[in-house]
Amino acid sequence: MTSVSTPGTAQSAPLPADWRDFFALTKPRVMSLVIFTGLCGLLAAPVSVNPVLGFTAILCIALGAGGSAALNMWWEADIDAQMKRTAARPLPAGRMPRESARDFGLILSLISVLIMAVGVGYLAAAVLAFSIFYYAVIYTMWLKPRTPQNIVIGGGAGAFPPMIGWIAATGEITLMPILLFAIIFFWTPPHFWALALFVETDYAKAGIPMMPVVAGQHSTRRQILVYAVLLLPLAMLPFWIAGAGVVYGASALLLSAIFLVLALRVAVFRQGVGETDMGPEKRLFAFSVFYLFALFAALVADRWIMG
Amino acid sequence: MPSFPDPEAERKRIIKQRNWMLGGLLVGMVVLFYYITIARLGG
Repeated sequence: MTSVSTPGTAQSAPLPADWRDFFALTKPRVMSLVIFTGLCGLLAAPVSVNPVLGFTAILCIALGAGGSAALNMWWEADIDAQMKRTAARPLPAGRMPRESARDFGLILSLISVLIMAVGVGYLAAAVLAFSIFYYAVIYTMWLKPRTPQNIVIGGGAGAFPPMIGWIAATGEITLMPILLFAIIFFWTPPHFWALALFVETDYAKAGIPMMPVVAGQHSTRRQILVYAVLLLPLAMLPFWIAGAGVVYGASALLLSAIFLVLALRVAVFRQGVGETDMGPEKRLFAFSVFYLFALFAALVADRWIMG
Repeated sequence: MPSFPDPEAERKRIIKQRNWMLGGLLVGMVVLFYYITIARLGG
């Protein structure tokens, strides 16, 4: 906990956490991606949404993501303390008690689901509640520390926002929101494993069974390629089933082809090489972030251009 | 001589800041619920 001592006196009582520490608990960078994909799901739906209710839906998705992120940080404070990337977070740095993070996460989660239910609809609220439970309990508490497939399972949590956005707009679950879910689900493993390949030592130190730590680099690179191969036809499916038009179809084909080439470079050309330069892995990781933004932006552009 | 912040003053500053944030959030919620009600009444 933060404390300030006066010279010549005993250690004073710890200071309360600053509001910025609470904000940091919500993982603002992750939240920006969640807001973007949720908004895309909402805007790509084939109905016009009242702006106030649309704003409310996105606010609830953001609050739910923030709440589940705070619960994640509460549960993983000890692990975060062992990793350079996460050691400065409010809990491992000792700027607030663990219980504060837990209570903050629970309150945010509860508020997000309640406002979604009252303001937008019960189905969207139910899916939002399940997504929070999925990330905080199924992924963080149960499977992440137990299986090297943790990233595959965790991908499900990140895949909910566009689905919730779509359901908030239409009030029903159809094939399109399930496809949007599936695209992010299959995008997540190559995205995170590319990152894990060049921060491998950090995860190993914290005892998290990341794929490169458990199965080795060779297997991880091969699996990155498998997911990239699967992602191409999956990203094209909204076009093939006429859920999206030619603007989306052309964008999805181009983006997925580049993604596949970068994954090939990581998987095929570097197998068994004892390299120290992680350029291809870093390029794949950087492009994967752009890929998701561009693909969903194309989906919305397609809906607004093609009607 | 280096100057040290007074812990009590620092505590009051942080709590005051947090109260303002919380108050702002509550006012924001009231405004949001007002507009949600208007939007839903409007069909």
